[in-house]
Amino acid sequence: MQPRSYIVRTVGFATAVCVVCAVLVSSSAVLLRDRQAVNVELDRKKNVLMAAGLLGADESVAAAEVESRFASFEVAAVELASGEEDPAFTVAGYDASRAQTVPATSRAVPGNPAGVTRVANHGLVYKERGPDGALQLVVLPIEGMGLWGKMKGFVALDADLTTIRGLTYYEHKETPGLGGEVDNPRWKQLWPGRQALDADGDLAIEVIRGRAGPVQSDPNRVDGLAGATITSRGVTAMLRFWLGEHGYGPYLAQLKKGGTDG
Amino acid sequence: MAKTRDVLLDPLFNNNPIALQVLGICSALAVTTKMETSVVMAAAVVFVLSGSNLTVSLLRNLIPTNIRIIVQLTIIASLVIIVDQVLKAYLFDISKQLSVFVGLIITNCIVMGRAEAFAMQNGPTDSLADGLGNGLGYGIVLMVVGAFREVLGSGTFFNQPVLPLAAEGGWYTPNGLMVLAPGAFFLIGLLIWGLRTWKPDQVEKAEA
Repeated sequence: MQPRSYIVRTVGFATAVCVVCAVLVSSSAVLLRDRQAVNVELDRKKNVLMAAGLLGADESVAAAEVESRFASFEVAAVELASGEEDPAFTVAGYDASRAQTVPATSRAVPGNPAGVTRVANHGLVYKERGPDGALQLVVLPIEGMGLWGKMKGFVALDADLTTIRGLTYYEHKETPGLGGEVDNPRWKQLWPGRQALDADGDLAIEVIRGRAGPVQSDPNRVDGLAGATITSRGVTAMLRFWLGEHGYGPYLAQLKKGGTDG
Repeated sequence: MAKTRDVLLDPLFNNNPIALQVLGICSALAVTTKMETSVVMAAAVVFVLSGSNLTVSLLRNLIPTNIRIIVQLTIIASLVIIVDQVLKAYLFDISKQLSVFVGLIITNCIVMGRAEAFAMQNGPTDSLADGLGNGLGYGIVLMVVGAFREVLGSGTFFNQPVLPLAAEGGWYTPNGLMVLAPGAFFLIGLLIWGLRTWKPDQVEKAEA
């Protein structure tokens, strides 16, 4: 049995250490929160720009430059099921990845090769308009399973809503040198000009094994990543999912009709 | 102050935490694909290790013995969280690449090992020197491994091209093994071999 004073001292010391550490940790978190939020937002903008081909992968640009290039984009929230834009929805700080884990803000989707189990009720879209106000470009977030885990990125579509302007991933766990080559600028260069839809208007985009032809003669197919069949399939599956009926399909259909102030 | 100097410099080569004690290997494998991440990780560990050694040493006569491990862990964890927050605020891209491995400094055996084995018994000056020395000893190995892995695996050094890549019209075909964790294992093995050839007294005695 320890003497009573020892126990008191132990509890007292433990409390003091906890209080001091808690104060230090929480003040660092609070003091740096604004700066971190700016970084996260900047990172998202950079990735949208990369998908749109407005920012090179190796290009290191100042924050102000990212902001000025992003200035031509408008962000909108889309109710995915109906495909309607929801102007009342607060876009700032919205995290669809978090929303899709919460039952109240998401819905389950049928099994699919992209491995997506739930989608958020609202998804963000980034639209760029030309000087005449006509839609030029729309950037959509995509995610799905690769070999080792979830891959997250953006795909940019031209105003015809089938021609791909670019594709980029900002988060994945694929094997460096194999599936990790989804980051490779040379592979990403293969995407611009490919068609998500075939002549009949069905989703046909596919990352194949081996080499695809040039854009003009083989518009729906893209070279596979060598040694990364599952990652390549994952890319195909998630594009088809997010451009399809459970993803942004209804929204794209609205845009095509001109229904959502396209 | 000859002792303080020894305490500081010994862990660099004579008693290197990775090469001799073979501690902290996990993060040494994970973050050394590029020089950039290796350097930032090394700096983070130097900061945490010096800070925890100094704090633990200052409190060493106050810490009740039966809760000393959890007190050390609390101090280390707080320092690591602060480092993580600062990286997210000021070096966002690198902190994304380091991902969970900054947080995992908490479980890096070197940090807790030095707090328990050294700082609990020694004064603040020596403990700070010990923390710096061990942090730098860890950092040196990280940077050597990082240099080899980045140059041989990606043909770059601090993201600047040094070996022209075959895919971009040069002659060098990157060694894929170097960007994977086993490549770091081989490099650390070779490093330990080299160090023990240079300083034969580090070789463990054969078990009878």
